[in-house]
Amino acid sequence: MTEQKPAEEAKANPEDRRIGVYICHCGGNISDYVDVEAVRDALVDEPGVVVSTTELFACSDGTQHDMIDAIKAKGLDGLVVASCSPKLHQVTFRNVANRAGMNPYAYTQANVREQASWAHQHDRAGATEKVIGLVRSAVAKTRLSDELHPLRFDTVQRSLVVGGGITGLRAAIGLADIGLEAVVVEKAPEVGGWMGRFGASFPSEASGKDQIASLMAQIKDRRDITVYTSAELTSKAGTFGNYTVGITLHRDGGDKELSLDVGSIVVATGFDSYNPDDGEYGYGMDGVVTLPEFKELIDTAPAVGKLSYQGRPVRSVAYIYCVGSRQGAGGNEYCSKFCCTSAIHSSLLVNKIDPSIRQFHLYRDIRAYGKFELEYGASRGAGSTYLKFADDAPPTVEKLPKGGLGVTVTDLLTASREVILPVDLVVLVTGMVPRQNKSLIDLLKLPVGTDGFFNEIHPKLRPVETVVDGVMIAGCCQAPRTAAESVQAGLAAVAQSAALLKKGYAELEPLVAKIDPDKCVGSGECLSVCPYESITMIEWDGRQIASVDPSTCKGCGGCVPLCGVDAIDLLGYTDAQMRSAIEELISAEAPTKAEAVKEPVS
Amino acid sequence: MSGSPQPGSAPRILVFSTINISDPGIDLAGSRHLEYPATVQTMPVPCSSGLKPSWLIHALEKGFDGVFVASDGEECSYLPDCAERTSHIIAKTQELMAAKGIPAQRLKMAAVCSVCAEPFAKYMIEFSEALKRLDADASVAS
Repeated sequence: MTEQKPAEEAKANPEDRRIGVYICHCGGNISDYVDVEAVRDALVDEPGVVVSTTELFACSDGTQHDMIDAIKAKGLDGLVVASCSPKLHQVTFRNVANRAGMNPYAYTQANVREQASWAHQHDRAGATEKVIGLVRSAVAKTRLSDELHPLRFDTVQRSLVVGGGITGLRAAIGLADIGLEAVVVEKAPEVGGWMGRFGASFPSEASGKDQIASLMAQIKDRRDITVYTSAELTSKAGTFGNYTVGITLHRDGGDKELSLDVGSIVVATGFDSYNPDDGEYGYGMDGVVTLPEFKELIDTAPAVGKLSYQGRPVRSVAYIYCVGSRQGAGGNEYCSKFCCTSAIHSSLLVNKIDPSIRQFHLYRDIRAYGKFELEYGASRGAGSTYLKFADDAPPTVEKLPKGGLGVTVTDLLTASREVILPVDLVVLVTGMVPRQNKSLIDLLKLPVGTDGFFNEIHPKLRPVETVVDGVMIAGCCQAPRTAAESVQAGLAAVAQSAALLKKGYAELEPLVAKIDPDKCVGSGECLSVCPYESITMIEWDGRQIASVDPSTCKGCGGCVPLCGVDAIDLLGYTDAQMRSAIEELISAEAPTKAEAVKEPVS
Repeated sequence: MSGSPQPGSAPRILVFSTINISDPGIDLAGSRHLEYPATVQTMPVPCSSGLKPSWLIHALEKGFDGVFVASDGEECSYLPDCAERTSHIIAKTQELMAAKGIPAQRLKMAAVCSVCAEPFAKYMIEFSEALKRLDADASVAS
């Protein structure tokens, strides 16, 4: 790739900028604790500030219209609003700038409510001085802002779903319902995942197998959903909204390659069940099984009659909870969430097969939240016995001389007495662990948390998006959860895909890293520090320099401090902007009342 | 430093927060009206791994008495090794501070999550007190 040196654009002198500053009362949320008039007056003579005014509610429709009028009438080329957190209204005021014909990235929001008035309600002078600094700092950033434009791409009206479990299949139907073609890629020869293996589930008692069959019946009737089994996502190129993905179909006669254009990717690859070590709670002994193994045993038992294991009748069962979960530092520290309720539900199924089977639940804490509390109650009502053990005194399992297994536990709720339970079967209530899928992680650049599950951008506000634009995560690949919660996340990913793709185009934030070609010495050091591989070497003006692909750069700025010659800037957070903003923060001093009598410029 | 506090006044602290994780935590401290010194200023950036040591030094040289990096810790959605990268930035900054005769105690880093309202307010109060003690000790020594 070769680029020519572009002609230098004449840049306006920062002090010649025409910036409007609006300080919001937020009713009284700000002005009750901050002298907003003093703030306004302190900004009047700030270089580049043309309008400095206060507003009762800056976000109101009327004020937004007034701002647009002022921007047009006074030829403003920068806007600062001092109000609430940018999380609430940054988009609002960027849109105000846009509607007025101003570059939206010449807008800066000063967070003076959550980070000033509300935090310093008993220090009006201090809060006022702080706000002056915050607003001056925002003005400094705006003064040095570049004209930036979002990167716009046409979007493909098709989504790829990776994983054909209950979450992926339901998401595919949701995508088709909303008008997006869906392609499901499932690594296994059969769809269905864990749910497709199991029988009755809480609360409807519908079989997992039947639920998967029902989804597949719907999918077969749809021409806008394609399901590939024994298939893997093997390549990804292009950008958000218009990825080209390669799919390898493993067929009897060899592999077949397929190429598809997709706008978004929903990753629903599920989980693996915790596999206990040999000897962990007796695992490996005859009669000690994991929860999935036990569920298969129940599913193959007659509806009413006998429960058998290896041809032997089962007359008593001990469940040991939290196996592979809540392990403490160095292990799986998380709670797997589904396993208490799954074990309780399994005990109710056992009760239906043969009510005379004695069942003992050895637990640390029972987490039967919401409606699951009902099945917990039902289980106790049906005769299950619950024994609580201490975190540091787990039960032990041994073979009894006369046959069968002995489980020794100290029951905290009955005078902390040690009890030895002779049982036929021990069920280790195993939790979820992240599925090993390094090739997919490397391919999609999926962010992985310390627990090994995929990371969303924000657990509450952006729960299914990842930092990789257009790549969503749903279900148990993100965290342990129930099937119902997984499907909810899958449908959230559907809604997010629609929000991204249905407009027909997508825009990416232009706040990305940028290399100064004059400073770059072509060392290539920055290439290895970008996990998104957004930096490449190009030939520029007869020499090798680094270059950032703005369509794949995530705007983290991680490369910025690692450049030995300061050749990288993050747009919106350039070196000049940061230094100037720091200087303005510290320079603030609240004007005395005598000084603060000037009329505002507006 | 030009902005060394007057005796008894609260030290000026600059907090570098992260837009997705620690800044919402600082917002939450305000929403819950958890008070901390008004001399604490916050500057959000996308990720603490993008902070240049020269910015941290610049803040201290321009008059801030302390700089606090409210990092994402293990929750960073951009970089899996964010905590290590940020620690490296802190270490490099402290080297530069030592060369300039600025005490290392004027720079602190801690992971602040999106709901870490109380820890943040506590960090600010404690850091402010530590900086006061540092200035008091320096006055005695001089």
